[in-house]
Amino acid sequence: MKNEPVIVVEKLTKQFGNFIAVDGISFEVNKGEIFGFLGANGAGKTTAMRMLCGLSIPTSGKAKVAGFDIYQQTENIKKNIGYMSQKFSLYEDLTVKENINFYAGIYGLNENQIKDKINYLVHHLHLQHQQNTLVKALPLGWKQKLAFSVAIVHDPAIVFLDEPTGGVDPVTRREFWEMIYDASEKGITIFVTTHYMDEAEYCNRVSIMVDGRIEALDSPKKLKQNFECVSMDEVFLKLARKATRSE
Amino acid sequence: MKALKFLLQKEFRQIFRNPAILRMIFIMPIIQLMVIPMAADYEVKNVNIAVADHDHSVSSQQLIQKIAASRYFRLINYSNSYQQAIKYIESDKADIVLEIPLHFERDIVKENYSKLFLSVNAVNGMKGNLGAAYLQNIIHDYNDILRLKWIQLPKISAQPFIETVVINRFNTLLNYKIFMAPGVMVTLLTLVGSFLTALNIVKEKEVGTIEQINVTPIRKYHFILGKLIPFWILGLIVLSVSLLIIRIVYNVHPAGNIFNLYLFAAIYLLAVLGLGLLISTYADTQQQAMLISFFLLMIFIMLGGLFTPIDSMPYWVQKITWWLNPVSYFIEVVRMVVLKGSGLADIKNHILIILGFAIFFNSWAIINYRKTS
Repeated sequence: MKNEPVIVVEKLTKQFGNFIAVDGISFEVNKGEIFGFLGANGAGKTTAMRMLCGLSIPTSGKAKVAGFDIYQQTENIKKNIGYMSQKFSLYEDLTVKENINFYAGIYGLNENQIKDKINYLVHHLHLQHQQNTLVKALPLGWKQKLAFSVAIVHDPAIVFLDEPTGGVDPVTRREFWEMIYDASEKGITIFVTTHYMDEAEYCNRVSIMVDGRIEALDSPKKLKQNFECVSMDEVFLKLARKATRSE
Repeated sequence: MKALKFLLQKEFRQIFRNPAILRMIFIMPIIQLMVIPMAADYEVKNVNIAVADHDHSVSSQQLIQKIAASRYFRLINYSNSYQQAIKYIESDKADIVLEIPLHFERDIVKENYSKLFLSVNAVNGMKGNLGAAYLQNIIHDYNDILRLKWIQLPKISAQPFIETVVINRFNTLLNYKIFMAPGVMVTLLTLVGSFLTALNIVKEKEVGTIEQINVTPIRKYHFILGKLIPFWILGLIVLSVSLLIIRIVYNVHPAGNIFNLYLFAAIYLLAVLGLGLLISTYADTQQQAMLISFFLLMIFIMLGGLFTPIDSMPYWVQKITWWLNPVSYFIEVVRMVVLKGSGLADIKNHILIILGFAIFFNSWAIINYRKTS
């Protein structure tokens, strides 16, 4: 597992005018890993993630995602990743079933596969009674779980989650992380940003971004040792306080 | 191609689930086509007239009666003072003051010559102008009656007399509604084609779903086609509804082949859909899209020849409208086909030009539409 990197980033930089949002970051993520991508608001997490998903073209630096170059092969990358953005991104005026059907369809699944997926997800998420409900009528926690399921509907190599549990209650958050573990066990690499430090503890490895740079990268256990802290919360505060820029 | 199927399925589900769009498709044509052609009519009616009669003769009374009997005029004041009458113009209660001088009748009888004075409120130039022209017609008529009455005509008139005979072709009764209704139909199609498409795409930007689409392997062309095809079909539905309303309400049966109209509309819709798409690539919020669309549509319609003939616009405005305004071509074609019965050969150039517009707008939009930033 350790020897099979699926994301390789080298000195990746994104500049908007004079503002350097992401400042030469380098790291690797291995297959099946749950990689926590931490940082204060405005540290550059989302920008970095958007570049890795092929949504944003880097100013400089190199990166390969699922073996494909992020400059030349964005369309190949898109076939092999899932993405769940900060903004809720299912169609609220479509039903649960229709949303799964639509995303499965545009990822190229065939009729039978789509049918199986819908059945599986509806049962797995306990949405049997809500499968024909418009998504806008679902509670936020359910929506987020559905959005995650839809983001991995095509069994991608990597899934990018941008603050997937923002605003979600602790019980649902726990369930959400169980889903993440399930996906990880299936071999899907998880790249997740979060502001909840208890969630950071669940990750295999964690990077902490400050002002566009990665200030620390290791397993939660080692980070706590190195920074002589008892919790990830303390580690994060120690690093994030050094930030000179805010939102 | 399979992705396109799913995109279309999704788009149609959303459209038919949105009552606002359905209302816009059916209620808007009905209301607009019923109200606008009735109201936007250049025939001037209800011209308010104040009369200052200094003569108080039989002749002046006859003239005033003749004016008051006309359905174009409303006599709102009758007095013997010009000062009083002009006050009605100043307070905007009258459009025209007619002053009949002292000895009006005596001069006609004795000297064969008399004068009347008209004072016209020209704030609304159109109403004033036409009102004065109608009034002069009535006075002219009255003059003819007087001549018959007072002057014994010889068997062969000593003065030459030219009479004009007019035949109105294509719109025999000069019915203004028949002229307006097809034009209003064009504005409706433009609205559906550009407004709805632009708003629809920008809404996905606002909500954030477009980002989700952008991380999928959907091709740009599929996404764009998935947006254009549904609204293209909606546009043709609006056209059919409109033609039906025009037929029922105004009894207008297109003189030409209706398929030519559909052919042109199909291409025209491609052009305005391209425009909508183009707007959506520049606007980030629905508000921006609304403002841009409103601004463009306003200009297109005002310069498009719906209300005023393009031929009487300043030369440079004519240039602008024939170069940049697709609406003007469709308005012309719709009137040609519906009123004159023009055939394919007559509208061939229009079709080619509108095809050019379609290619131009769509290419620009496709170049400008990016999945990445």
